[in-house]
Amino acid sequence: MGLVPGLATGLGITFKEIIKTVVKGAETVQYPHEKEEPAPRARGVIALHEENCTSCMLCARECPDWCIYIEGHKELAPPRRAGGKPRSVNKLDRFDIDYSLCMYCGICVEVCPFEALFWSPEYEYSELKIADLLHDKTKLGKWMTTVPEFEAYEAGAEVKAKKVPALEKK
Amino acid sequence: MDPYLLDGVDFGDVVLSVAKAILAFVICLVATMFMVWFERKVVSRLQNRIGPNTSGPFGILQTLMDGIKLFFKEDNIPKEADPFVFRLAPYLSLIPAFLTFTLIPLGGDFNNGNDGAVTVFGRETFLQVADPPVGILFFLAMSSLGIYGIMLAGWASGSKYPLLGSVRASAQAISYEAALGLSLAAVVLVTGGLSMNSIVMQQAGEGFGGIIPNFNIIVTGFIPFAVFLIAGTAELNRPPFDLVEAEQELVGGFHTEYSGIRFALFFLAEFMNTVTMAAIIVTLFFGGPAGPAFLGSTLGWLTGMFWFLLKLLVFLFAFVWFRASLPRFRYDQLMSLGWKLLIPLSLGWLLVLAGIRVARNGDLGIADSAFGDTLIVIGVAFAILLIGMYVLRSAMTNARRDRLIAAGFNPREVN
Amino acid sequence: MTAISDRRQLAYVASQAAEARVNLELETEGMTLNIGPQHPATHGTLRIVAQLDGEQVIQAEPIMGYMHRGYEKLTEVRTYPQVTTLVNRIDWLGSFANEVPFILACEQLMDIEAPPRAQHIRTILHEMARMAHVTLFLGDLGVQLGAITPVFYAFRDREHILNQIESATGGRFHPNFDRIGGVKDDLPAGWIAESKQAVRKIRDFCNTIEDLLFGNEIFQARTRGIGVIPADIGLSYGLSGANIRASGVDWDLRRDNPNGLAYDKVDWKVWTHPDGDSFARSWVRLQEVREACNIVEQLLDTLPKGPIMAKVPRIIKVPEGEAYVSTENPLGEMGYYVVSKGGLTPFRVKIRTASFNNMSITPWVLKGTYVPDVITILASLYFILGDIDR
Repeated sequence: MGLVPGLATGLGITFKEIIKTVVKGAETVQYPHEKEEPAPRARGVIALHEENCTSCMLCARECPDWCIYIEGHKELAPPRRAGGKPRSVNKLDRFDIDYSLCMYCGICVEVCPFEALFWSPEYEYSELKIADLLHDKTKLGKWMTTVPEFEAYEAGAEVKAKKVPALEKK
Repeated sequence: MDPYLLDGVDFGDVVLSVAKAILAFVICLVATMFMVWFERKVVSRLQNRIGPNTSGPFGILQTLMDGIKLFFKEDNIPKEADPFVFRLAPYLSLIPAFLTFTLIPLGGDFNNGNDGAVTVFGRETFLQVADPPVGILFFLAMSSLGIYGIMLAGWASGSKYPLLGSVRASAQAISYEAALGLSLAAVVLVTGGLSMNSIVMQQAGEGFGGIIPNFNIIVTGFIPFAVFLIAGTAELNRPPFDLVEAEQELVGGFHTEYSGIRFALFFLAEFMNTVTMAAIIVTLFFGGPAGPAFLGSTLGWLTGMFWFLLKLLVFLFAFVWFRASLPRFRYDQLMSLGWKLLIPLSLGWLLVLAGIRVARNGDLGIADSAFGDTLIVIGVAFAILLIGMYVLRSAMTNARRDRLIAAGFNPREVN
Repeated sequence: MTAISDRRQLAYVASQAAEARVNLELETEGMTLNIGPQHPATHGTLRIVAQLDGEQVIQAEPIMGYMHRGYEKLTEVRTYPQVTTLVNRIDWLGSFANEVPFILACEQLMDIEAPPRAQHIRTILHEMARMAHVTLFLGDLGVQLGAITPVFYAFRDREHILNQIESATGGRFHPNFDRIGGVKDDLPAGWIAESKQAVRKIRDFCNTIEDLLFGNEIFQARTRGIGVIPADIGLSYGLSGANIRASGVDWDLRRDNPNGLAYDKVDWKVWTHPDGDSFARSWVRLQEVREACNIVEQLLDTLPKGPIMAKVPRIIKVPEGEAYVSTENPLGEMGYYVVSKGGLTPFRVKIRTASFNNMSITPWVLKGTYVPDVITILASLYFILGDIDR
């Protein structure tokens, strides 16, 4: 035991805290009224950039709990250059992510070879019915507007920052 | 005795008594509700949080809302419970809590030798519901009765955790009642009376040097106050002595099986007890409504109210502060603190205090002057205290060794 | 009177009993108390069946498995990259630390070594997970003892570390950031400076908690000499981590087996305590948070340049073989025994979690203690239900 008994030191600490709280205010964030900005990398919701998707099914296969549902068909598209052959492209009919199953692991975004899936830090999409958590491709496409620009990297990194296609167009 | 009751009782006196009782009940309830809010708000501030803030301004109606919610909850009586005692227990806990509150002088002018009486409808009365001549003893009686509520609740629940809680409650009550009583005895010794009004009046006078007030905390020499504060906190089952309802150990302790309005009654009783105990401490050791004498009474009888509430608030804050900062004792540590420290300490201090009083009156006549007598008494008393401490310690060590040998161990090995 | 065979433990019980004036020969009717599966002190669904004599525990038996989620079996039907996200959920407070040993085991089988920068980032996040984890332990310890304030400070200050983990990995609780051959992504700009600030906050928290809790006389009375585990008993029950270091065993996998992580590149100390009681366990953990702050600060300063991924095939197939790799997790030794038949998924994964072994000592250590001590000892042994039951 030192000069001041530990009980008194502890009481002093809480007393300091009450003064700090009264003067500076509590650290509490009153959620619906105030909001904290999540980090740009935060895995909030998956956004789909439909034009890039070739319905290759990689994401659906790699998903650990198989919560991505994809259907597509082949279609003939007009040739890129005049006089060329019509191209055959994969057209997306259905792209659903069931957020009631999703574990937010990010594997789908990572494996996508065509940069069609992106993470958005948006988190306010709770629903009253669990079935409404199944987001179809229009809803997933709408999240695209909330996708932030990729952050720059810390010094010494060799990885190059990617670009978000939807933002490029704007 | 209240002055208006001295000259016989007529109809007006009865009306006044009833009015005072109702008023006190309302004050007590409002104070309790305020206390619940105050506790939650202060604890949240101590923990860097906001606390209740949606019902009413600053969340002050939160307690009311909680009460309404609990009122409409299902009233669940477990199958194993003893239904009658189970229903009875919350009231046994609540009523003594309120009855103690009737003893407390809430205000009045105590300066210049006034006895704190105010004139209401032509009748002189104290600002307290009743001033029985046995004052303090009534408080002790009621605080012991309050434990019955907790004990019976735990027993009647027919479940194991509440049973453990109630066993703890009864043991705690028994051991701390003694320390509480002995530290009170010091106050009674100084005052020479048991009535709350006389205790306040005695403290209202001018103290040492005219600036330091004549409060009992100084007159009795701090130790009875410290003992009373610790024993009182234990009696309240408030942290750090809340073994009775220790959440992490006994889930909810004695009220584990209670729900709805019955739980609310326990909750109310607990906080009412807190307010009452703080008020008792203020009255016994800090002069209650009597402010420091040199400041006079600028507000008339409201001065008393002002001082009383101010001191009360300080103690309520202290209770909350302790709760937020201190961990909980273990059951046997609590017992040993009570029996091995608080009771011998308050008993010894009472004897010293008594000796000093006798010596100061000059009745001893050992030395030439009363002052010399006092010094001798103090010297002898401290010598006895030291010897007593040594004897007590060695007795405890010996007893422990004997028990270890009886259990078949070499005491040196075990330590 | 009781069925205690160990002489030393009997002596401890006798001394406790003598302290509390309980006569050992006086036998009363016992009572069986179920602590859990729904109990505030078992943070989850642990159940302890305790035979009580008064408030003294005569016999206690932990019953585990209420939260069994079958991770060992699940890993057999998931590809290697998918396993990382599953094992995140084993010990949910220090989730990044769960990924590391599995990845290291796979790397050992594939004979890959992560580049230095990746190793640094791994180690930083590993220690941050420890900080977030043990900070909460220190707060929770207060709550278990009845001091309600520390846990709020803990949650408040832990948030800064979680924010850092989130801004680097994207996941606050389940980072899923470690990959075979490196880490998923490089750190975002400005992360190092922010992390240093967060670490400073944790240091402040450690000082606060030391004054508020560890110096408190009541806390010391409640924890000193309670639940003493001698080193040999602890080792025979397979305790690991801070629990065994508190018994005086100088054994830390971070120092003894740092391959794949950057612990050998920094200057730090393994803390031990000779007492082996609840206080020692808590104290060692407190010092470990401080040491974690040291490690992170040094690693942030010396973060090397370079790639973050070694050359790894796009579709990961682990060659046939078996490997056991364990690391020092916040709770103790966590190891994965990975058996591969050369396919896309592991053939068998045995997960050795620290909490399971740490809890297995409870029947021994709880004998002769009091009900409040049960709570203290459980709190100081520190377990996460997911880590026990997997």
